[in-house]
Amino acid sequence: MSKRKLGRGVAVAGYGMSKFGVLPGLDCRDMFVDAFKDLVNSVDKGLDPKDVEANYVGCCGAWNWEAQAGIAKWCTDWANLVPIPSTTIDNACASASVAIRNGIIGIASGLYDVVLAGGVEKMTTLPTEGTTLVLATGADKTWECYAGYTFPGLYATMATAHMNEYGTTPEDLMAVAIKNHNNGAINPVAQMPNTITQIMEQRQARAREKGKPVPGWVTEMDFLHDDQYNPMVAWPLRLFDCCPITDGAACVLLVAEDIAKNFTDTPIYVTGTGQASGRALHSRDTLTSIPASQIAAKQAYEMAGVGPADIKIAEVHDCFTIAEVMAISDLGFFKPGKDAATAAAEGKTARDGIKPINTSGGLKCKGHPVGASGAGMIGEVFHQMRGEAGARQVPNMDVNLAMTHNVGAHGTTVVVQIYERR
Amino acid sequence: MSDMPFTATSFDKLCGEKKLMATRCKDCGKVELPPRPICTGCNSQNIEWTELNGKGKIVSFTVIGVGPWTMISEGYDRNNPYCSGIVEVEEGPRISTQIMGVDVANPENIKVGTPVTADFVERGSFSLVPEVANVRKTYLVFKAS
Repeated sequence: MSKRKLGRGVAVAGYGMSKFGVLPGLDCRDMFVDAFKDLVNSVDKGLDPKDVEANYVGCCGAWNWEAQAGIAKWCTDWANLVPIPSTTIDNACASASVAIRNGIIGIASGLYDVVLAGGVEKMTTLPTEGTTLVLATGADKTWECYAGYTFPGLYATMATAHMNEYGTTPEDLMAVAIKNHNNGAINPVAQMPNTITQIMEQRQARAREKGKPVPGWVTEMDFLHDDQYNPMVAWPLRLFDCCPITDGAACVLLVAEDIAKNFTDTPIYVTGTGQASGRALHSRDTLTSIPASQIAAKQAYEMAGVGPADIKIAEVHDCFTIAEVMAISDLGFFKPGKDAATAAAEGKTARDGIKPINTSGGLKCKGHPVGASGAGMIGEVFHQMRGEAGARQVPNMDVNLAMTHNVGAHGTTVVVQIYERR
Repeated sequence: MSDMPFTATSFDKLCGEKKLMATRCKDCGKVELPPRPICTGCNSQNIEWTELNGKGKIVSFTVIGVGPWTMISEGYDRNNPYCSGIVEVEEGPRISTQIMGVDVANPENIKVGTPVTADFVERGSFSLVPEVANVRKTYLVFKAS
């Protein structure tokens, strides 16, 4: 297949998000409106909502969590954007990225100049068992849920395979969580804005207040090995290997390249986009990488005309710690196996490392409202590339080229996108 | 059996008869489990059912303490976890399955490559709707041999 290019250039000119967290009383449309208002305020030279021509909304499970189908229409209505076309897109946890990619395609085709795209998810309406079941439906209901698989269980099976093939250790995975908590701790919009050390101190203080025995952890690893405070969810993955359950919405303003400067002096340009599908885990040749990630990345790199070494920072899909390990090798940043597994422990993916990964804190800390997460990832690269990331701004680096990598389910959809600041 | 469509519903019915059936491509011979209507090897639609010998080995696995309702209602929880994994059958293909007869209290003792044999259990159905979830059917599982 010949290399594909966009029909015309597309830029991101604004970004908005609602709070990410447990948000009782806020439905999908309410959170989407919060994100939209934040987006309007983010556009440096202003946005007249009347100029928005289409709205693409990713949402994985409003049918189950909120008993609402076709959520995009209600987001459009409550943002007062009726009658523009509204498209609801469900590709599990990659829904927002697929929505945004379709917005990009809409502009690249010449059909639109200004598009709103993002996602929303309301996840805290059901008890944990119910949310576990709804999340599992992102996998193959017929042949994976059949086996008693949960979502953490599928990633745990990949972790077991990684450990068996490469000698990866639980501590390698814990180092990913520690690194992402260090980033999330200085992200004011993170659902879990704490380092592991801060969480330990909170738990110790609570035990002291209640007159209970105070846990004697010294290091973060002590805490992460504590079966009571960091219980096994699906062996070998523990609670702190998993992202939280999150309500939230996020969206981006996509505009045609030739009018981008009407909105801001510092747009970021989408120079590469790729999307691929994958089969159920048991029907893949490998359990230690995600083939759809590699294919989507290849498409995006070829379209952008760059390689892994050129990418300054990336927000990658870390719904579980093992997912980040696989992502950074599938995207070509690190070699598969030990090199990728030890990257976090060796500081290579820290904010001041050679390849900063998930400077936002990742899904692990920022939160993972599944249908919205892909838009949230673009928020971080948008701010980093414009020098607006505050305490999280990566040091000693001009972030002029960045990537987002968003996985739907356990690799049944992957979207990879590359952004350039000129 | 030759007229049964190549669907999960047919597979369930065959499991109910304690038969482990896969599909086989009549053109290239590729055996598929789960059964499929179109060959993933050569795109042929010329498919037939074939019975498997029920022997396989563990490719990877996890031990789950927080399961979906289908497993909770069978009595599984943090104190009584279960093993789910991927089994490669002798005829070639792989399938996701519950794995019985392994040391779920000490998952580090469960080894990739362990031989397993097919077995069948009754469980409820995977659904948020209680009336559907309560419908019991026969599931393929594998047992460490």
